[in-house]
Amino acid sequence: MTSGKTLLDKVWDAHAVRELPSGQTQLFIGLHLIHEVTSPQAFAMLRELKLPVRFPERTFATVDHIIPTDTQARPLADSLAEEMLVALEQNTRAAGIKLFAPGEGQQGIVHVIGPELGLTQPGMTIACGDSHTSTHGAFGAVAFGIGTSQVRDVLATQCLAMARPKLRRIDVTGKLAAGVYAKDVILAIIRQLGVKGGVGFAYEYAGPVVDAMTIEERLTVCNMSIEGGARCGYVNPDETTIDYLHDREYAPRGDTWERAANHWRGMASDADARYDDRVELDGAALAPSVTWGINPGQSVGVDEKLPRLADAPRDAQPGLAEAFEYMGLRPGEPIAGTKIDVAFIGSCTNGRISDLREAARVARTGTVAPGVRTLVVPGSQAVARQAEDEGLPEVFRSAGFDWREAGCSMCLAMNPDKLVGREVSASSSNRNFKGRQGSPTGRTLLMSPAMVAAAALKGEVADVREVL
Amino acid sequence: MPGEALSRVAGRACALRGDDIDTDRIIPARYLRCVTFDGLGEHAFADDRTQAKGDHPLDDPRFDGARILVVGHNFGCGSSREHAPQALLRRGFQAFVGGSFAEIFAGNCTALGLPCATLDDDARNALLDAIELDPSQEVVLDLEAGTVTSRAGTTPVTLAAGPRQQLLAGTWDATSVLLEAGDAIEGTAQTLPYVRGFRG
Ligand code: SF4
Repeated sequence: MTSGKTLLDKVWDAHAVRELPSGQTQLFIGLHLIHEVTSPQAFAMLRELKLPVRFPERTFATVDHIIPTDTQARPLADSLAEEMLVALEQNTRAAGIKLFAPGEGQQGIVHVIGPELGLTQPGMTIACGDSHTSTHGAFGAVAFGIGTSQVRDVLATQCLAMARPKLRRIDVTGKLAAGVYAKDVILAIIRQLGVKGGVGFAYEYAGPVVDAMTIEERLTVCNMSIEGGARCGYVNPDETTIDYLHDREYAPRGDTWERAANHWRGMASDADARYDDRVELDGAALAPSVTWGINPGQSVGVDEKLPRLADAPRDAQPGLAEAFEYMGLRPGEPIAGTKIDVAFIGSCTNGRISDLREAARVARTGTVAPGVRTLVVPGSQAVARQAEDEGLPEVFRSAGFDWREAGCSMCLAMNPDKLVGREVSASSSNRNFKGRQGSPTGRTLLMSPAMVAAAALKGEVADVREVL
Repeated sequence: MPGEALSRVAGRACALRGDDIDTDRIIPARYLRCVTFDGLGEHAFADDRTQAKGDHPLDDPRFDGARILVVGHNFGCGSSREHAPQALLRRGFQAFVGGSFAEIFAGNCTALGLPCATLDDDARNALLDAIELDPSQEVVLDLEAGTVTSRAGTTPVTLAAGPRQQLLAGTWDATSVLLEAGDAIEGTAQTLPYVRGFRG
């Protein structure tokens, strides 16, 4: 008897143009997203090769990484940023590619706008010159990050040469406790499987906790697949997915809607599908997570103590020691109570309306501690409008938070939003690498947006469950 | 336009110890504010080097002119920025040998004709020790044979089958290979319900 197919199999087989001599597959890419940082060189290469953009209607562009969050007025104050934005405008105009420009109300982080505009759909292959493209897997798409040469390949051919990854199914069982969020689930997965545990794999997230999640929560989980080494992570499409897509601008409408919805339902992994590996995680046992080190696998529950070097395998000890030294933290100490200087709420991981609502719930309970600098950055202009309709900016402002315009902001600090010196940031973003938030010696503690808000109010890492 | 066939890289090597070295460290984000890859070479590992106050392998004159970078595990994790291998390429590196590589980084390297070869920890440590002891020696990465040779001896290395074939055949510049599919690309597109607008 043959076993059923996984979503990965179905999507892969449907998009395979041919097998290549290298053993890789020439894969058709259904949706290509581009932004200002990783695309200008690709367009330049294309010009050098005298090749046109083959499917301009399948590429969409936005500006997110370099955009300032105080004002988006042109020209941008940073002349290098302005030059990048101009290049994107010229390249997209010349190629006939749709750009969601800042002035037009649909700009935002590439991984926030794709889903909210209904561009991201189940069963698609999606590529973007950005490692967090895995985010789009929340809809049951096979979505992965690529480099600039591959952006060129997609522009020129709408294809990529890819090796089919192995597939690991991760079942999250039980039910999350109050104050425990999607962010905590993915941080726990990465803690368990390691930052390179997913290399060579795609992750299929499943189980009762994932089934119960909203699309926005699934986006948070899939977003950080790459932090676990998996280039791609997805959730099978279900009624939650289909409901979310209904009436979105780029989603099918009218008489094609039902046909699309049925097609999407059929893309989910079959019940008897086989996986290369299976892992289970008890969702009910999870606490709010906080990273303490310099990679996203170095996290603990907020009620836990930091690891002791002696408890770690010997070959892991130099890495742990390096992390402790950089962070200025001590093994065996509790993470709760760690002082923070900056609180950042935003990013493609946690810059959506549900994230802002949860953070605002916490913000309503107090005011920002003296000396703490804050940034609340909506993931897109649409998220910002929704937040305004709900009065969230007022909630944040009256608690002493700084409400900003849409962009990547301090997630990677390519714009003016940066840590200074050794500042410690409580951040709802996805990477705590050395220097990630703009200061070469800056320090990042990753956590859920509600936890960031709680830390902002207390001036130190705090358990959000005590506030809610 | 396809790339050149590559069967070996020979030259001095640079030893860069440590696991999980991410692309933010290889090229900090502030240097990504550019529309070309020119000039990235001088900023490779900028912040690590500043913090090491001159005591970084890339600032060690003994490793000047190295063409092979020997690294730890999960090298190049994090951001997909091709600026990272571009910076290292522009600094003179033409091959990477390490414990393991992050997937997007390795893919970016292949697209630039840069091999990423892995070897087991004992062999890697022996190689690192040998290079540090005598940085002037020639190290040879032989893609055909699948070996790396140094004063520490000749040891097998692994290259992913796809990239190895592409590098040896000179087909690592994927655009031309993908273009060869011709109309089959449109053919596949037309079988996809969403490309047809879910009509019929
Ligand atoms: S929010 Fe951060 S991780 Fe997401 S796309 Fe922007 S810079 Fe990358």
